[in-house]
Amino acid sequence: MDVRAPMSGTVWKVLVRPGERVETGQEVVILESMKMEIPVAAEFAGTVEAIVKGEGEYVDEGEVLVRLAPAP
Amino acid sequence: MFRTLLIANRGEIARRIIRTARSMGLRTVAVYSDADREAPHVREADEAVRIGPPPARESYLNVPAILEAAQKTGAEAIHPGYGFLSEKAEFASAVEAAGLVFVGPPPAVIRAMGDKVEARKRMAASGVPVVPGTPDGVRSVEEALAAAEAIGYPVLIKAGAGGGGIGMERVDDPAALRERFEAASARAERFFGDGTLFLEKWVGGARHVEVQLAADRFGNVVHLFERDCSVQRRHQKVVEEAPAPNLDPSVRAALLRAAVLGARAIGYRNVGTMEFIVDPAGRFYFIEMNTRLQVEHPVTEMITGVDLVEWQLRIAAGEPLPRAQEAIVPHGAAIEVRLYAEDPVTFLPSPGAVTSVRWPEGVRLEAGIEAGTKVTPFYDPLLAKIVVHGATRSEALGRLAAALTETSVEGVKTNLPLLRAIVAARAFVEGRYDTGLIEALKRPASSE
Repeated sequence: MDVRAPMSGTVWKVLVRPGERVETGQEVVILESMKMEIPVAAEFAGTVEAIVKGEGEYVDEGEVLVRLAPAP
Repeated sequence: MFRTLLIANRGEIARRIIRTARSMGLRTVAVYSDADREAPHVREADEAVRIGPPPARESYLNVPAILEAAQKTGAEAIHPGYGFLSEKAEFASAVEAAGLVFVGPPPAVIRAMGDKVEARKRMAASGVPVVPGTPDGVRSVEEALAAAEAIGYPVLIKAGAGGGGIGMERVDDPAALRERFEAASARAERFFGDGTLFLEKWVGGARHVEVQLAADRFGNVVHLFERDCSVQRRHQKVVEEAPAPNLDPSVRAALLRAAVLGARAIGYRNVGTMEFIVDPAGRFYFIEMNTRLQVEHPVTEMITGVDLVEWQLRIAAGEPLPRAQEAIVPHGAAIEVRLYAEDPVTFLPSPGAVTSVRWPEGVRLEAGIEAGTKVTPFYDPLLAKIVVHGATRSEALGRLAAALTETSVEGVKTNLPLLRAIVAARAFVEGRYDTGLIEALKRPASSE
């Protein structure tokens, strides 16, 4: 249950904290790619288990940004 | 004139500057990050210096590394191009403090125009019209409601003073403003660490028209006419042309006059651009001044025959403007399109490796890529600019349509399909479009 990078880029902002509950469609990370800010949303509701990539880290397309535990 | 010029930039603009510098007999020095080791601009310069790892802040924004490269290569002047350090007053100051020539305006002018709130105030004070708004921001719903009443609906809510498109939102009445205020403020807090919001009059059916200016140290200021840059997505330009089509001659004259007036008032020097929005009634408002060479400068060069990079270098070297206002005469029409590495529908960036390219013949091409170039996520998505000129606008348009048919780029997604659609759209062909053109094209009912 992960939120993945839709393209390569750098993590600009992480908008959630471990333990936080997120709703479907909620923006959890903002990526920066080619000088554009790309909000990345959770595709399902859940609880943040881990921030896998922190602010300033480089990610390739498809890499996990945030790990979510599904909502019960 | 200095003999060695360092270009503190990359991609198509670095190549463009190298070309003119070389034709003037200057030695050129390129700088590059690890991501650009194989880039064309590195090969084309007389000398190239590595300045750091791929992220811009460690390379193309790395002032000490760039100054060191200049020192090491004996460069006497630095051209910043556009983007990166071009509008950073501290960089211009550091260049001058190192005993080098900065190819651009004095640091104080860059600073004054870079502060969008300050720039508006300076322009308003010198008699240049600005968009009605709240330059100092609003901090509560009550304050916002009172301000919006005075400005008149619809109004735009902006998260940062003059900052990008993030958090920009249009509201049509007090109820909507009341409803949206808290969320917008929270967003501003999250993005900028400051919940202050700025309100501005929303100008419907607006065109984005800008004036190219040039000024020397002897107090001479000229304009090189206007460019229409209304075709935008995410508040970024996609197509630019000169002259602005169907612009009332009296509005054009007033616009050019206002721009020269504003440039004089702030003691501008070198080449710069004043951006305005023009409403359907011909009222125009200053938005901002770009204190550098503009991406779309080629369309002005095509209609005036002026090499703006050459002017920049001559002005920076202390020479007077090469031409007086009367000697700058526009000929025909020019159009530029920007080829971006991005999805043509969602506008999401598309980094990747360019496997093959085919460029059109008989046009002016400013490309930063070639077959084999790896387009990385570290820099902006501009791949190339295609510029055409014609004796008339319709001749230029015909050349552009043909050129876009000949063009292909494989390996990354590009906005080429969108560019072709724009050039074929009736509103564009007739020269009757505003900043809503791309959005209108995306709505199936109105696509043509």
